[in-house]
Amino acid sequence: MADMPASTSGDFPPFRQRHLISIADLKQPEIIELLDRAERMVPVSRQERKSLPTLSGKTQINLFFEPSTRTQSSFEIAGKRLGALVVNMSVKSSSVSKGETLIDTAATLNAMRPDVLVVRHSAAGAVELLSQKVGCSVVNAGDGAHEHPTQALLDALTIRRHKGRINGLTVAICGDIANSRVARSNLLLLGALHVRTRVIAPRNLLPAGIEHLATEVFTDMEAGLKDVDVVMMLRLQHERASGKMIPSVREYYRFYGLDAERLAHAKPDAIVMHPGPMNRGVEIDPAIADSARSVITDQVEMGVAVRMAVLDALLSGEQA
Amino acid sequence: MTRPLLIENARVLDPASGTDQKGAILIENGRISDIALGGPVGVPDGAEVVNAGGLALAPGLVDMRVFTGEPGWEYRETLASAGQAAAAGGITSFVMMPDTMPAVDDGAVVDFLVRRAKATAKVNVLPAGGITKGLAGKDLTEFGLMREAGAVCLTDGRNSIQSTALLRTAMSYAANYDMTIVHHVADAGLIGEGVMNEGLFATVLGLKGVPREAETIPLARDLQLAALTGVRYHAAQISTEGSVEIVASAKKRNPRITAGVSINNLCLNENDIGRYRTYFKLGTPLRTEADRQAIIEGLRAGAIDTIHSDHDPQDSEVKRQPFAEASNGAIGLETLLAAALRLVHSGDVPLLSVLKAMTYRPAQILGLESGRIAKGAPADLILVDLDYPWQVNENQLRSRSRNTSFEGARLAGKVMRTIVGGETVFLHED
Repeated sequence: MADMPASTSGDFPPFRQRHLISIADLKQPEIIELLDRAERMVPVSRQERKSLPTLSGKTQINLFFEPSTRTQSSFEIAGKRLGALVVNMSVKSSSVSKGETLIDTAATLNAMRPDVLVVRHSAAGAVELLSQKVGCSVVNAGDGAHEHPTQALLDALTIRRHKGRINGLTVAICGDIANSRVARSNLLLLGALHVRTRVIAPRNLLPAGIEHLATEVFTDMEAGLKDVDVVMMLRLQHERASGKMIPSVREYYRFYGLDAERLAHAKPDAIVMHPGPMNRGVEIDPAIADSARSVITDQVEMGVAVRMAVLDALLSGEQA
Repeated sequence: MTRPLLIENARVLDPASGTDQKGAILIENGRISDIALGGPVGVPDGAEVVNAGGLALAPGLVDMRVFTGEPGWEYRETLASAGQAAAAGGITSFVMMPDTMPAVDDGAVVDFLVRRAKATAKVNVLPAGGITKGLAGKDLTEFGLMREAGAVCLTDGRNSIQSTALLRTAMSYAANYDMTIVHHVADAGLIGEGVMNEGLFATVLGLKGVPREAETIPLARDLQLAALTGVRYHAAQISTEGSVEIVASAKKRNPRITAGVSINNLCLNENDIGRYRTYFKLGTPLRTEADRQAIIEGLRAGAIDTIHSDHDPQDSEVKRQPFAEASNGAIGLETLLAAALRLVHSGDVPLLSVLKAMTYRPAQILGLESGRIAKGAPADLILVDLDYPWQVNENQLRSRSRNTSFEGARLAGKVMRTIVGGETVFLHED
């Protein structure tokens, strides 16, 4: 798509959500609006002077209870390119276990009057809980195995830019579905856009009831990849899973790793995605990750655009 | 000696005898000395007369599963505050779980509790003794000495004994003293990090699930051991359709088996968790509506014997946490009766059956004289307005903790007067 001149949110009606906690809270038009808003943000980051003044004077706190260099930098750059004052706070889980509860932390930060909190936490529902206790907007940057909404949005934007559309595609999500917030957010988002979704994983890594969230469920990689337009690989938490959920990395790679032979079952123009960080040789052949089929670095770029769009939408809307 | 007390013009409900009839009851020296059904009543000299105005008069409830904070966590609940809440809820006796600090795993602690309860609690507090020291599932406690001190049954409370061999030994030793083993059935390995019922709803919330088999497998094991050892065995609280079937089938062969259900599993299901509401995070997780319906059917058919509150006070510090990190448990002493009456008002279970599961059956299982309206029985009685509408407000509850799973619920049925040993310990004030 040709780059358009940078534009602010003025062209869009005020966004009606105060927080972005879950894709499940968004209606289809809101998802599309966020993707359209993000599309407008892409050229901003490609300009020489990569800034818009829309969030000038606003304060954004990135509160990460679980370390994540990539997501945190992406949100930081997004906020800064919109002119917000961005503060990073990494709360080691140890200081929480020393007695300060999530609620205490929320109250403390709330008193500093931020305009938006970007929160990542290892427990599902933690970001929702925190959002109930503060007076500002809250963006979920990943809560346990629950959701990672901006990841699903950036994945959708990447797909739309590469395929020209989302509707009518078939998307396969492969790997550790059971423990993946990325899989959940993507299934909800793609479901809302009426995309055919497949999950592919050994039974051990498929959560109960997944057949209600995905269009089709496969335990065989070749069968599952047949004629798909998009292959989304998930990171295997092999340090945790090895010996418990799966016997070994080599067996996992042998049956569920993405290599050229397996990818040949997908459509010839199928793209390969990964939310990162990748385990090369665990879930994906390094040659595939670095091939022309891979859009993994595009995902990173779209991540900044989507986060700019989300921050802009939440903070420039009419706040109650 | 106190004055005799005559309660007249009451609807006398006695599940033990199947009585549901207008009548009067005379209380003398803490016991029921006379019952007059239908006909006129003579008033003894000097008796205090209470006109019940047609209210239901039933045995006080016997709650088989109540956690307190005393000793160890008095800020959550003391015997005194639990006693007040129980009295307001029409519970005249409750079994106190041994999960205290220190744990009730020794005759001296049982003795302390008996004396402490007598001095501070308005209702009968019946200590349960731990099966294993520190409820740690390793070494047996002194069953005989705890029984002598007043322990009414044996249980490891929230904990479930994982070792089949140890459980067998505990059961045969308990049979030796004719003590009931009350066991929480939970396979720790299958539960793993699970925090709610396993299924689509847990998957959508991103929470780890507890499969039903984490309950049915140890339950099946326990029932076989109970048959092997001849012990009187009570499954503390079951929650699944499969468990109801297992108990019903085992009961045909072994009359010494009984099973209980928490009011939470009887009235609520996993959907009540909504978006991570931790007051619905319970040690025995809320299951599906199909499971709840099976539990109701089990109660109706006699597979399930008792209904209890599973009263488990937890402070907001441990409850206002992300779901997986929050403590289990909900309070329930003051809402047990009204919540159970929902089943009656909805037409699911007859009134006397619901009452029986909270009075006569638990009393039988524990070997108590109470739980019935009979001449000579302790005068542990409640006067209830079965249709009185009210809404639960956590700030008006008497418990020291606020974690009710019925906050805001509209209930029908309220205790107007609670009598323990002939003494009025609670009077409803409008």
